[in-house]
Amino acid sequence: MRSRRSLTFLLFITPVVLWLFLLIVLPHVDLLLMSFHTEDDSGAMVWSLVNYLNFFQEPVYWRTFMRTAIYAILVTMITFAVSLPVAFYITKVVSPRFSGFLSLLLLMPFWVSELVRVYGWMILLRESGVLNHFLMVSGLLQRPVEMLYNDVTMVMGLVYTSMLFMVVPLISVLESLDDSLIEAAYDLGGGIFSIVTRIIIPHAMPGIMSGGIVVFMLTLGNYLTPNLIGGKNSLWFTEQIYNQFIASFNWNQGAAFGFLLLVLSSSIIWLGLKLTRQKLSQVVQ
Amino acid sequence: MAIDLNVENVSKTFGDFTAVREVSFAVEKGRFFSILGPSGCGKTTLLRMIAGFIEPTVGRIMIRGKDMAGFPPNRRPVNLIFQHLALFPMMNVAQNIAFGLQRRRETRAEIDRKVDDILARVGLPGFGGKRIDQLSGGQKQRVAIARCLVLDPAVLLLDEPLGALDLKLREQMKVELKKLQAEVGTTFIYITHDQSEALVMSDHVAVMNGGRFEQVDTPRNLYARPQTPFVARFVGENNGWKGVVADRQDGLCTLRTDDDQLFSAATHDDLPPGTPVIFFIRPEAIIIAPDAGLENFNRMTAVIQSILFDGANSRMLAMPEAGATELMIALPQNRQYDHLKVGDRVAIGWSARSAVCFKDR
Repeated sequence: MRSRRSLTFLLFITPVVLWLFLLIVLPHVDLLLMSFHTEDDSGAMVWSLVNYLNFFQEPVYWRTFMRTAIYAILVTMITFAVSLPVAFYITKVVSPRFSGFLSLLLLMPFWVSELVRVYGWMILLRESGVLNHFLMVSGLLQRPVEMLYNDVTMVMGLVYTSMLFMVVPLISVLESLDDSLIEAAYDLGGGIFSIVTRIIIPHAMPGIMSGGIVVFMLTLGNYLTPNLIGGKNSLWFTEQIYNQFIASFNWNQGAAFGFLLLVLSSSIIWLGLKLTRQKLSQVVQ
Repeated sequence: MAIDLNVENVSKTFGDFTAVREVSFAVEKGRFFSILGPSGCGKTTLLRMIAGFIEPTVGRIMIRGKDMAGFPPNRRPVNLIFQHLALFPMMNVAQNIAFGLQRRRETRAEIDRKVDDILARVGLPGFGGKRIDQLSGGQKQRVAIARCLVLDPAVLLLDEPLGALDLKLREQMKVELKKLQAEVGTTFIYITHDQSEALVMSDHVAVMNGGRFEQVDTPRNLYARPQTPFVARFVGENNGWKGVVADRQDGLCTLRTDDDQLFSAATHDDLPPGTPVIFFIRPEAIIIAPDAGLENFNRMTAVIQSILFDGANSRMLAMPEAGATELMIALPQNRQYDHLKVGDRVAIGWSARSAVCFKDR
């Protein structure tokens, strides 16, 4: 009996371990080794820290790096601020019959690929786009304005792209919030601000963190949206990695950048969990 | 006496459905007032209107003489204890109690003092640091009461807070609540579907049915002198018959029941002969093996159908030989009736004065 149970366990765990090992661990080990190598003058591969030194010595690299980190945090916060009222409305305000329909509406844009959605935004916002056309026709603008290729539009695009991943975990935690807790706080003299900060946010914390982690990682590693909407004015660190691998064909440098990004995202998430006193195991449930 | 709560002609409709119909009552300061009714009678709607979660369609709610129309729940001097208490699980006991005080921007020292005070008062000194999930059912109850009382409300509203407790604890909390209310002197409005809770704790009870108040009275009067057939049936147990008035003299009438028995009964309404009536007799008013000399007494012989043993609340079901309506009769557990068995024939009877009758509508 015991051996049979361990056999089924083995049967289930093997694909997972193989998948993790072959597709995640092995390539990463290879990349890690690659990042510590460089070509010497004769073209042979030698051990070196030069890839990491380049990062610190070249301002454009670490400035893009910091910019990416700060904007990713900002996007995560804005996404949370936009998603909380949406999730609250869906779970607590509308009738349950209607809330499923509203969730479906949220999901709809995700049936088309991110690329198509981003081109949608570009059609709306570009100089000869829909929005400019209407503003011109209504007389609010004399000449068209380029609304793409700046940080504000890029942040908006990133928030739009990642909103669903914040709303879904928030809906599931808010569904478990007893309405009478909100009513009790209201009855005891609480206003909207104290009800949100003392009751709703503490209750929703696991959902906020799990949504926050997903949104943060997706944003940090996003390539399409910053590249297309942000353009050349809004550099994103993933573009640096892409350039090293594809444009400069310097795989060693690209691998080092990739690892720096991994360290960055891990440490910011660790810090976030520490600050909110959450455990990763709680959050991923 | 000062009036703490005045409800004037309040109605509430939801679409076509009328939840509360023209309800009016006043509660004096320091009273324990209960609203008793079956589920769906509109008592929760009424309570939520007093708390401010729902606005009445018609009518006025005055608290300490001030019209509450347009005041949201967080600006009314009333607090509500929820059915499932709604303690905040993300806070400890002291933080729960301090929540309302913090909203009033009281100083930290003042808040700490009041929290310690009220915890001692509800019998939980030193419990401030405990998490909510560390408390037992009865302790949670007391924290919920403390959380409201610390704000010193004009009226404390309680929405069946004992419903979730087990029987033993419920009995104990009934007594405690009554004591606590007498001690703090706050006006309590208590809603429940459990008549024993209402009768034991209250100074006055309103019996509510179909959105209306059927009768507002002291618990003793509700039991002894119900004014409508619904109250007679709902408060305590009762045996009921339908019949017509056959004859009438000296405050007593002779009734012919639908199953063709003749009884005499006291009447408090003006019931001329020929009126269809419904009348009630309490199980404990029926005497087993009565003395022969009693006057104005209804006598009959009945066959015991079954014996329902329930300790002090034991009953037997018996079928009168002349009738077709089964009677429920109290069976005192004083060993006098231990010999009774199913199938026995017993003499039973009741005094005409202990029956109540109403016009049948």
